[in-house]
Amino acid sequence: MSDQEYTPKSKVGKWFNDRLPLLTLANHLTDYPTPKNLNYWWTFGGILTFCLITQIVTGLVLAMHYIAHADMAFDSVEHIMRDVNYGWLIRYIHANGASMFFLAVYIHIFRSLFYGSYKAPREIIWIIGIIIYLLMMAAAFMGYVLPWGQMSFWGATVITNLFSAIPLVGEGIVTWLWGGYSVDNPTLTRFFTLHYLIPFLILGLVVLHIWALHVPGNNNPVGIDVKKPSKDTVPFHPYIVIKDGFALLMFMIVFAFFVFYTPNILGHADNYIEADPLVTPAHIVPEWYLLPFYAILRSVPDKLLGVVAMLSAIFILAALPWLDTSKIRSAVFRPLYKQFYWILVVDVLILGYVGAMPAEGLYLLIARVATAYYFIHFLIILPVLGYKEKTLPIPLSITGSVLGGSTNFAAAKNKESFTIK
Amino acid sequence: MKNFLRISLLILLFVGPQNNSFSAEKAEYLKTDWSFKGLFGKFDRSALQRGYQVYTEVCSSCHSMKYLSYRNLAEKGGPEFSEAQAKAIAASFEVKDGPNADGEMFTRPGKLSDKFVMPYENVKAAQAANGGAYPPDMSVLVKARGGGVDYIYSLLQGYEDPPAGVSLDDGVYYNKYMYGNKIKMSNQLSDGLIEYADGTNSTVEQMSKDVTTFLMWAAEPHLEARHQMGFKAIIYLIILTVLVYFSMKRIWSRIETEV
Amino acid sequence: MSDKKTNRRDFLFTATYAVGAVGVGATIWPMIDQMNPDASVKALASTEVDVSTVNPGKTITVLWRGKPVFIRRRTQEEIAEAKSVKLEELKHPEKDEDRAKDPEWLVMLGVCTHLGCVPLDQKGDYNGWFCPCHGSHYDISGRIRKGPAPTNMEIPKYEFVNANTIKIG
Repeated sequence: MSDQEYTPKSKVGKWFNDRLPLLTLANHLTDYPTPKNLNYWWTFGGILTFCLITQIVTGLVLAMHYIAHADMAFDSVEHIMRDVNYGWLIRYIHANGASMFFLAVYIHIFRSLFYGSYKAPREIIWIIGIIIYLLMMAAAFMGYVLPWGQMSFWGATVITNLFSAIPLVGEGIVTWLWGGYSVDNPTLTRFFTLHYLIPFLILGLVVLHIWALHVPGNNNPVGIDVKKPSKDTVPFHPYIVIKDGFALLMFMIVFAFFVFYTPNILGHADNYIEADPLVTPAHIVPEWYLLPFYAILRSVPDKLLGVVAMLSAIFILAALPWLDTSKIRSAVFRPLYKQFYWILVVDVLILGYVGAMPAEGLYLLIARVATAYYFIHFLIILPVLGYKEKTLPIPLSITGSVLGGSTNFAAAKNKESFTIK
Repeated sequence: MKNFLRISLLILLFVGPQNNSFSAEKAEYLKTDWSFKGLFGKFDRSALQRGYQVYTEVCSSCHSMKYLSYRNLAEKGGPEFSEAQAKAIAASFEVKDGPNADGEMFTRPGKLSDKFVMPYENVKAAQAANGGAYPPDMSVLVKARGGGVDYIYSLLQGYEDPPAGVSLDDGVYYNKYMYGNKIKMSNQLSDGLIEYADGTNSTVEQMSKDVTTFLMWAAEPHLEARHQMGFKAIIYLIILTVLVYFSMKRIWSRIETEV
Repeated sequence: MSDKKTNRRDFLFTATYAVGAVGVGATIWPMIDQMNPDASVKALASTEVDVSTVNPGKTITVLWRGKPVFIRRRTQEEIAEAKSVKLEELKHPEKDEDRAKDPEWLVMLGVCTHLGCVPLDQKGDYNGWFCPCHGSHYDISGRIRKGPAPTNMEIPKYEFVNANTIKIG
């Protein structure tokens, strides 16, 4: 939007920029007009970038010391924890960083759900986001296998066995994935390779995600388009940069607390026992961020259908821009949707909870109800709601909107005084 | 802003303790004060030194600690034996080394760089000597058990006569904190079992606490450094956050919108 | 806007940047330091070598910290030759007495000081060692005499534990 002709001031800058327009790009990124009413839920994009970079940097460092071999992986992790300079710090940042990454991505996704950020013209941003999320799950799962503890080993066994549900070729695929007749050294080395690769794929997709975002510009809490850039937006730098920075620091305090004071609380004790193909731990549980999907998997009594349900739960999100028929983006103006939204949040939290519990008795029943509701929300409630819901009147412009408390600029008087620069 | 914090906190509370929910189904663990808990938690040096004594004199006949080296005993944040003491400890063990120029394996006194000597050559030998049960390596044992230190501490004091109706096979013992209550390790501790070098009265409770402290250090040798660095890091982050907050206010005051 | 206000704002921003920079630096250090030798590597300090079977005029090579260490039992002629060299002739002047505590035994890191190759024993123009990589000649005291290497071969820290055992490191 603001990419009108940009010419660097210096001669050298111009010479360089004519050949490789990096300065134009930098100028675009700093001047990028951002709706000025973005609230703190919008800071998680920046936080996620930080998480990705943190994981890549700490991961590179760990890879310098880690040994991807079934006989040595566990030992090499202990070597990192004990002998490598600051190894304990780097590993705890990486391990907890995965959890923080998912915490942030869930907030990011649910922010999008609340404010309708997936709707036209932002469908591609959303779908790229879903692919990133899928890759994150793959990277996290394979990363969890690398320490070669009991949960690593049995988690890998259980998850790879999901593919055996595929009719006819399933068994063959599983053997191919393993490179043997069980999870073993070949599995570990290929998981390590892929775990190393995926973050860079994610990085590439993040560039596309942001590129696609910069075409229509950000959605905002009111969910209406920017009318007058001069009035409704602020340049990304310094306004959004400093705000993202502030939110990031708050996030880092929580992060630091986990790393320094409870570094193992999000992990599972069994993963400090070296992998033993002869003994399965009493409870196989994935990491917390995969629990809702694990609950969906276990709530279906059929092997193949369980896998289908679990995958559908993710892929259904990709169809969301078309399942949600409402023209209004922000839940602020959709009183009914707002209620269903919070029910969905609770539903997913319940799924996460029962995912950690044994799949029996009451827990199984709850899991089934919650799974059913999850699909009902997307497949029935959302499409119908778009037609039936009585929405509230939406303001004419971002600056002109007068809202009741939920967006933070509500009290602001619209003054004409502000223009960019 | 407030909303944001409240919800973030809620999510954290929700996901945080989840994984620990399994350990809660057993008998309530015995409680004791651990000096290494809390923001400034540090190990009690004398407890670590006594704990090492319990390990060597009692546990080490069956349990290995393969990730520890004798040098660790003199390192900062650990039992902090003097270098000379640690060398003497290391030298009191016979370490297998080799092959020498003739291709033979030989034994020599231990050095600081040697790993703790293992009671058995390998897992199979350990199983064979212990009725099929492998006495687990204790290097990271505290982190490998759901209840952590409280569990180990309780387990060591949890031996009881089996309640009526519970029959035990040979070589199996009743312990009220063990998962399933059946344990293949017999009660190892009894009052006055060892003579502490520092003269502390060696009650079962005392030895349990000392050896558990030692195991905690063994599993997290950098715990003290972690706590110290963590405190500094968080204080630093708070200061920077405050500075950034006021900078943000200042910047946004240029336009007529509340942050 | 008054000057006073501008100053205060400048101070706030400067302070924020400064504190932020300190944090970035403190975060980068662990990422760099992790590549330094770790605690287990540092602990592998010393090696003990039994030299009872080494005859005069022979060299044995042992591994210490991943590098070869030459231990040569020198003959009387070799000792005399090493001592006779005038310091002015040397590129890196060092007395033989300073290099071999016991003149009979030369204990020396067998690494050419040019670019780290292992020199060959009893080769070269000076009856000592010759590095085949780039042609450095060392004498019987391991001192550089000809070729591109800048300094004499390094003497590690070592001591005689008893008449037959040398402890390196």
